[in-house]
Amino acid sequence: MLQQIEGSAAVAQAVAACRPEVIAAYPITPQTHIVEGLGDMVKRGLVGNCQFLNVESEFGAMSVCIGSSATGARTYTATSSQGMLFMMEAVYNASGLGLPIVMTVGNRAIGPPLNIWNDWSDSMAARDAAWIQLFVEDNQQAADVHVQAFRLAEAASLPVMVCMDGFILTHAYTRVDVPDQANVDRFLPAFEPHQALDPLAPITMGAMVGPEAFAEVRFLAHYKQLEALDLIPRHAAEFEALFGRDSGGLLKTFDIEDKSTVVVTMGSVVGTMKSVLADMRQDGSSIGLLSIRSYRPFPKQQLRDALAGAKRVIVFEKSLAVGMGGILAADVRMALASLPIAVYSVIGGLGGRPITRDNLRRMLDKGVRDELEEPHFHDLDVAVVHRELERLRDIQRPGPSAESILRDIAGADAVARSSE
Amino acid sequence: MTKGPDSEQRVKFYQTGTFTVGNRLLNEAQRTVQASVERANSLDSGHRACQGCGEALGARYVVDAALRATNDQLIAANATGCLEVFTTPYPESAWRLPWIHSLFGNAPAVGTGIAAALRARGREDVRVIAQGGDGGTTDIGMGCLSGMFDRNDDVLYVCYNNQAYMNTGVQRSSQTPPAARTATTTVAGSDPGNELNTGKSVPLIAMAHGIAYVATASVHDLHDLEYKVVKAMSFHGARYLEVFVPCPLGWGSRPADTIKVARLATQCGMFPLFEAEYGELTASTRIRERKPVEDYLKLQRRFAHVFALENAHQLEALRAIAERNIRRFDLLADGEDTA
Repeated sequence: MLQQIEGSAAVAQAVAACRPEVIAAYPITPQTHIVEGLGDMVKRGLVGNCQFLNVESEFGAMSVCIGSSATGARTYTATSSQGMLFMMEAVYNASGLGLPIVMTVGNRAIGPPLNIWNDWSDSMAARDAAWIQLFVEDNQQAADVHVQAFRLAEAASLPVMVCMDGFILTHAYTRVDVPDQANVDRFLPAFEPHQALDPLAPITMGAMVGPEAFAEVRFLAHYKQLEALDLIPRHAAEFEALFGRDSGGLLKTFDIEDKSTVVVTMGSVVGTMKSVLADMRQDGSSIGLLSIRSYRPFPKQQLRDALAGAKRVIVFEKSLAVGMGGILAADVRMALASLPIAVYSVIGGLGGRPITRDNLRRMLDKGVRDELEEPHFHDLDVAVVHRELERLRDIQRPGPSAESILRDIAGADAVARSSE
Repeated sequence: MTKGPDSEQRVKFYQTGTFTVGNRLLNEAQRTVQASVERANSLDSGHRACQGCGEALGARYVVDAALRATNDQLIAANATGCLEVFTTPYPESAWRLPWIHSLFGNAPAVGTGIAAALRARGREDVRVIAQGGDGGTTDIGMGCLSGMFDRNDDVLYVCYNNQAYMNTGVQRSSQTPPAARTATTTVAGSDPGNELNTGKSVPLIAMAHGIAYVATASVHDLHDLEYKVVKAMSFHGARYLEVFVPCPLGWGSRPADTIKVARLATQCGMFPLFEAEYGELTASTRIRERKPVEDYLKLQRRFAHVFALENAHQLEALRAIAERNIRRFDLLADGEDTA
């Protein structure tokens, strides 16, 4: 049913339609509205016999999910930012044990400086945790991909993160056709666990594995993720046949045929990017767009095939590997290795910095002229950085930079105001 | 003798310090079955525990008793630690019940998740225990443990307390007694061993949560241990059992003395045995024949330095702990000398 609805509420309704049996909830901005919505539905008796647990931490949340999923219950939780870091030991454990938990990540920056706004630092920190990571571009996809996530997790016996940009999606009221119960039931069969703790057939889970078998276990984790490269598009096609919507899949291209430049990105910025690129094409630029929807497993071959005709690829991402550069850019470069394609790395939108059509257009105009430095920090206030670097050089005990930069910007604002 | 309702274990024998003689005096139904070949072993032989391991003995009796109490409808979550490592050197597993090891600090929460899944699936006939050592329980697992108590999740948590991190090589935990030597509280300086005035009582913390049942037990009294497990399984909601399990390797005691050391710990007042329901103390095991704290300490090399003249204040501090336990838990039988 079409609704004008908050992204978090749409996700909560979609998850409820998946008939979860155990939900562990711990509040952290910006995912909190999702578990609030689910808690309310569970309390009203709208989610069958689902158990909703208010746990004491994110570490507790993921640990409860581990116990529950290992006992054969369909299990869900959500987190963001510091919460992801706090549960990280259990995040690795869930995938290592092959437990099909679904977790929404309301993508948010990691501090310090403390910042509640959107970037991808949290799910990128879990990049190598052997979870499947699906990114969504809008709230319709957010709702739809959760339904596919349970199907995928249970088919592959792997946990799945659905990554949606915090605030930009979680708190946005948009039109969403929340997947209806009847079709969700058609799409998502009852959970048949690959393994379960059951007194009738006792098993030992979580044994110690030494050097004699560890490499093989890790190889299998890799192999199983690569198998998901087949499952994800198959599920997306089935979903489309049933619901009439294109959601999910490995990647999505927009107008890339015969284009010399292709922008590669993920998540909610795809919408803004589409509109900027349409303008640029109107102005004569040969430029298209590719959205990565499955970040892990990374669709290397599909990406290579899609981009084979491009001369130039500009990777725009809200994540930074300090001391290295773009994270997504590194993956794209690996996928395009040995092809004669220039790959530019652009890092923007960190900590919720607005990404506007104007500033994207300025950056991309430089990009198509091959004028971007490596890596390019989008919308960076270079003057502020220079002043802080000078201060760090000149003062004996300069103190923390975050506070100093805030003071600098506040001062500059005050000067600007007084001169008005 | 145990105060309070005690229908299953009315008869206890202290004549020999063992149950061997007493067993013959009992009628068939009441006899202990610890030596029978028919006896079930949830924790199978062949595991890799050290000689004289108190934890292996404790865990075997706890899990067996819990299995009997639940008609074998039991799932166990296990923290990382000795018990986990010595029981599951894969491809071998000593466990004969569904068992999961996840992490060091999350066994209570994994137990919660199992219980929640069983409730969601209408399988509340299946019960849950979670277990770990004192490090996994009272230090790194404390947050998850308190959360499990707070939510009153239907899990019996069993802490096998051997008073240090034994699996990593005998480092101090919050359960390491004052003055005790560990690898991180060495015998050096003016206060050798563990610092005085440190540590915490997790059974009392558990009681402060108001949970259904809290008890302490020891491997020197397996009947009492089994009785407390069975009693714990008669409650629903969160429950906590702490079992005193000597570690010959970590304590520097003889493997053959494990039971003796455990018994002396109780007899001198260093490890009080008690039960509590819904936050109220309901029973404590009286000391029939009080022993000096020194008798307990001198069997363990971790305390050897407290007998040096210059460390007399440490010995005094340990005596004071025993005194306080005796007062607090009313441990002396009527007429017993309080000196």
